[in-house]
Amino acid sequence: MANLKNVTKKTKAQEMGMHSEVLTGRTQQKFFNPDEAENFYYFGTYDVDFNKRTDLDVKDMTAAEANKKIDNLMSEGYGTIVIKNPQGKHSLGVGILNKLNLIFEGSLGYFGIGSCDGPVVRINGRVGWSCAENLMAGKVVIEKNAGSCFGAAIRGGDLICKGSVGARTGIDMKGGTIIIGGDAGAFTGFMMQRGRIIILGDVGINLGDSMYDGTIFIGGKIGSYGSDAVPSDLTKSDQDWLRRKLKVAEIGENFDVSKMTKVVAGKKLWNYDNLEPTEKKGAI
Amino acid sequence: MCGIAGLIHRNKSSNVGFELQGMLQALKHRGEDSTGYALYGDTDGKNFIARIKIGENVGEGSSSVAEDVSVYDQRKKEVDACINELGAKIVKEERILPYSLRYEIEYNKKDLLEFSQRIESIPGVEILSMGKSLEVIKDLGNAKMVCERYNLDKLIGTHAIGHARMATESGVDIKSAHPFWGYPFSDVSVVHNGQLTNYWNNRRVLENKGMRFMSECDSELIAVYLAEKMRSGATLEEGMKESLSGLDGVFTYFVATKNSLGMAKDTMAAKPLVLYESDDLVAMGSEEIAIRSVLPQEIDTYDPFDGEVKVWQI
Repeated sequence: MANLKNVTKKTKAQEMGMHSEVLTGRTQQKFFNPDEAENFYYFGTYDVDFNKRTDLDVKDMTAAEANKKIDNLMSEGYGTIVIKNPQGKHSLGVGILNKLNLIFEGSLGYFGIGSCDGPVVRINGRVGWSCAENLMAGKVVIEKNAGSCFGAAIRGGDLICKGSVGARTGIDMKGGTIIIGGDAGAFTGFMMQRGRIIILGDVGINLGDSMYDGTIFIGGKIGSYGSDAVPSDLTKSDQDWLRRKLKVAEIGENFDVSKMTKVVAGKKLWNYDNLEPTEKKGAI
Repeated sequence: MCGIAGLIHRNKSSNVGFELQGMLQALKHRGEDSTGYALYGDTDGKNFIARIKIGENVGEGSSSVAEDVSVYDQRKKEVDACINELGAKIVKEERILPYSLRYEIEYNKKDLLEFSQRIESIPGVEILSMGKSLEVIKDLGNAKMVCERYNLDKLIGTHAIGHARMATESGVDIKSAHPFWGYPFSDVSVVHNGQLTNYWNNRRVLENKGMRFMSECDSELIAVYLAEKMRSGATLEEGMKESLSGLDGVFTYFVATKNSLGMAKDTMAAKPLVLYESDDLVAMGSEEIAIRSVLPQEIDTYDPFDGEVKVWQI
């Protein structure tokens, strides 16, 4: 740890009155200590009781009003919230950073369940574009179909659609698992960097285009492979994992995972060729 | 970004003017520079209905140059005279706004090319639509404003398509607003969401084949492209399928004829479309909330896939 410095000269920021404390050069980063977990505070989160349940009718609410109401209910300790009449509204159920049972009795529009970290969400309907974008953790289950950009840039969690999804599913995903019971459109797994995608049905053109890493499993026909996406051997370990995941997702009960196609990154694109030798070693 | 919506009732007529107004108003956040309707009303099918623009809306936000109303009056006289010279008869006329005419015309020829060319040879005059059922109404403002201005909420018909526009690559004016008539084909209209990147290449080719463009809006190309395909003997659906490779860029578009409604989505699937389909009704729009304005109950909808073309008959 660096020693405190005796600084007499004011910085420009101090002269402007932006702050008065002396900056010492010591790192400002706080490292998480698991032993102090109970002291760790995650801003904007609540301790909720899953047995405390309530309904919320959002028919005559804007998305902002509905989300604020959900936040208020969580602050009161409600751990199971049933949303009535979402009627395809955009941006519902976003920014939830704690555990919560959230049930939508109907369909959502665009950007539903965006930037969440922890909730278990069930949508008894359809979702529009960009559902569960940036999901960090938790589980989202959609009973019907989903639009394009499903699970864009997710970092973790399980995202399950029992119907079919549009184009660019899992675009830019960096972790987590996406499971689709039906078909998927073009550019599935476009530029994905980590994580796994499971499609039980057919998939459109340019599958896994420009993917950096991660794995895609396809049960049906593949429209075409994208740049640098290549088939790979499906191992026994892969099959065991697929069976477990599908069982947890409650879809594809009798699906024969042994016939699935596994797709990975060929790692031949320019971004690998242009790495310094030491970096290339790390990438490969 | 623009929003598009359309619906077709199968086996019955409905208040499509009011229904489409609700759908487009739900999409107004996607653009309200202008809004347009292509309504297919119930008629006896004897006369043509022509929607003719003899000037521009120069209200707030317009990119058009103001003209005196007397100029519109003079253009109307020339239009009336020209219709008589063509051997057609004006059965009924309405001047809803100083720059907007609605004529019911008795005209016995099927080919509307000569008729259209003669009328549009009058400077400042454009036929927005012509057909036995189709009426294209478009103006500046959101769906509710345009609907009220033209009293569209009472129109009974079988199907309709519409467009809420955010102007990006051409002016805020009526001539660049959607829908576009599939000139010179009776009862053909098009709305589009997206950008076409080979507009000028296609336009040059089509103009050399004698096709007409009234604006520099890339979306007009779709109407002209399909019209040229049909003129060459292709069916509407064949033309739409060819457009997936003939048009470059990102697009979702709807096209309607007297008894059908179709949709096409580019191979990148870059533009949104949500679709509801039942035995009685097909409704579709850029967002589900457009469909919910006519079907508030829980329904099953889906996104058509990339490169998909669908056509429904009434």
